[in-house]
Amino acid sequence: MKRLQLSQGGGGEEMDSLIRDLFYRHFSNDILLLSEDAAVLEINGKIAFTTDSYTVTPLFFNGGDIGKIAVAGTLNDLAMMGARPLYLSCAFIIEEGLSYEVLERIVLSMKDELSHSGAKIVCGDTKVVPKGSVDQLFINTSGIGEIVLEGLSAHNIQEDDIIIVSRDIGTHGATILASREGIDLESALCSDCATLWPAVEALIGENIGIRAMRDATRGGVAAVLNEWAVASDVCIEIEEQTVEVCDEVRGICELLGMEPFEFANEGTFILAIHPSDAKRAIEILHRFNMCANASIIGKVTRHKAKRVILKSPWGSSRYLERPKGELLPRIC
Amino acid sequence: MQDDKALFDIFRHPQTIRALSHKIHQEALKLSQPLKIMEVCGGHTHTIMKYGLKQLLPQMIEFIHGPGCPVCIMPKERIDQAIALARMSDTILLTLGDMIRVPGSQSSLVQERANGYDIRPLYSPMDALKIARENPTKNVIFFAIGFETTTPMTAAVILRADQENLHNLYFHINHVLVPPAVCAIMDDSQNRIDAFIGPSHVSVITGSQIYEPIAKRYGTPVVVSGFEPVDVMEGILKIIGQKNENRSEVEVQYSRAVTQGGNHKAQAMIDETMSVRENFRWRGLGDIAHSALRLRDEYAHFDAEVVFSQVLSYEPIDDHKLCICGSILKGLAKPIECTVFGTACTPNSPLGSCMVSSEGSCNAYYRYGSAL
Repeated sequence: MKRLQLSQGGGGEEMDSLIRDLFYRHFSNDILLLSEDAAVLEINGKIAFTTDSYTVTPLFFNGGDIGKIAVAGTLNDLAMMGARPLYLSCAFIIEEGLSYEVLERIVLSMKDELSHSGAKIVCGDTKVVPKGSVDQLFINTSGIGEIVLEGLSAHNIQEDDIIIVSRDIGTHGATILASREGIDLESALCSDCATLWPAVEALIGENIGIRAMRDATRGGVAAVLNEWAVASDVCIEIEEQTVEVCDEVRGICELLGMEPFEFANEGTFILAIHPSDAKRAIEILHRFNMCANASIIGKVTRHKAKRVILKSPWGSSRYLERPKGELLPRIC
Repeated sequence: MQDDKALFDIFRHPQTIRALSHKIHQEALKLSQPLKIMEVCGGHTHTIMKYGLKQLLPQMIEFIHGPGCPVCIMPKERIDQAIALARMSDTILLTLGDMIRVPGSQSSLVQERANGYDIRPLYSPMDALKIARENPTKNVIFFAIGFETTTPMTAAVILRADQENLHNLYFHINHVLVPPAVCAIMDDSQNRIDAFIGPSHVSVITGSQIYEPIAKRYGTPVVVSGFEPVDVMEGILKIIGQKNENRSEVEVQYSRAVTQGGNHKAQAMIDETMSVRENFRWRGLGDIAHSALRLRDEYAHFDAEVVFSQVLSYEPIDDHKLCICGSILKGLAKPIECTVFGTACTPNSPLGSCMVSSEGSCNAYYRYGSAL
């Protein structure tokens, strides 16, 4: 089996052939192939710029892999700011001994994910570090997008705005947890990992009054809603029974004493929408497979500023707090 | 999965919960005085707060949150013992869930892990066997915690380790018992408790029988209930029923899994491997005789308290002077009565143990909002 060696990150001939045979071959585009010290880009108007580093164990999981997340995650951060994703940088930090075949599968997965938005990887970096310095593979991607819809902000949310979630929640976190801890499920629990730009583009194209959008990654839906409540100094009231959670995720949460609201997602976003546009937004989202069960989950009020309140179907309510500490299973 | 879903969906059925609330309101009218119910177990505190059940009950019903949270009752000196064990060379320390976050006198296991020591929270105690097999040159120490519910798992691991002749797996046993703690609270002249909700998972192992002496001696109804909202509401209704009929008996609401005698096989495994300690110091409650378990002498070669006794101190360490976890665990105070609740003491930087575990009452009040 071909394995990555230290020399392939050393700047010499071996690194050069790794870059050409693998990265240039699969990420091929005019800007990247120029192979200059920096990519030269032409962009009109305002841009959005973001970066994220990706580490995930296991590298491959049901519904995705580290490469797919590294592309979708950064593109999603651009999309959430109303920006059409255009360019990405991509840096690999590879542990000596990683199988070449594994790296190629990941690169191919990134190539495939890029096709959903048309964004290009235009510059990159490769390091191979001694065994034990990283866990198999870390990827950093930074992204640039052109702002199509200005003014989206967590600080923008107003009383009576409607809160929408784009699909059932918690599948990515539950998938990773189940595969790490060897929880075997009979049915196929699958990460939601996906590029959200096509759905966002449609919403913007139809002039939906979007105040804010955020993908509910680490910290889950609970983190996003709390950040919004604080940033906009409002209360967000959620009707618990309207938040869809698939049976597998519910099962894992019941088993381990965890909350689906705290599980990470990689292709689920939350929207705060002007009340008159909420129904139309749902109709548009339903055209996309990845948003097939988008639903209205609550609204913005003045009840308790800076807090998120979860209302039960039997008439009681409680705070939904930001997740704290590591997610640990209950003891009994 | 469909059938499994039915396992909890029917116990969170909105109409059923509303109907129980209505019935409780009706029955409570017949009560001659307010009813103070102690939910012994932190899991029930969690259910009450998470599902907002207090909001569905009449003012006459007051909950007093009991000591049944294995993390909350762990005295600092025993956490320091876990840390001392973890700091030994070539050692892997294993424990469960929130235990790694509880502060000892100087540090916590999570802090020690950041300092480079090998400390791992387990999802299942059985994983201890695998870790011991995979690390034959290390001392693997399981810091075992929990009430009667989790004790059989530890016993099963000990028996398996014995069968496999594992020479590098050790146990630091902190398993505690519900009835002695309940008696300690009731024997305190300040206690104000009229009835108990007993945890179903404890009684799945022990049977409902363990509460019979308590119901008799203190004249308090005990209803063994499940952890779903419908279970807790039905348990409360049964308690009110007993009060209105002047009964004080042990009743089982969770009849789907609890019998009077419990799980005899699990009891036999515990009995084979462990015996009752003369004394155990509980955080907040102090010394309680015969309230915890230790490894039997036949298994002393597995006992971390015997094998590594040279690194362990038993000097009692008191809680922070502003922390009122002791009064909370006895049901004498509510978390919001504590001056440092939510200010100097939060889940991120807990002063007291009740703020640490998701089953601790301070943590539940903080998370779910007592003020709503």
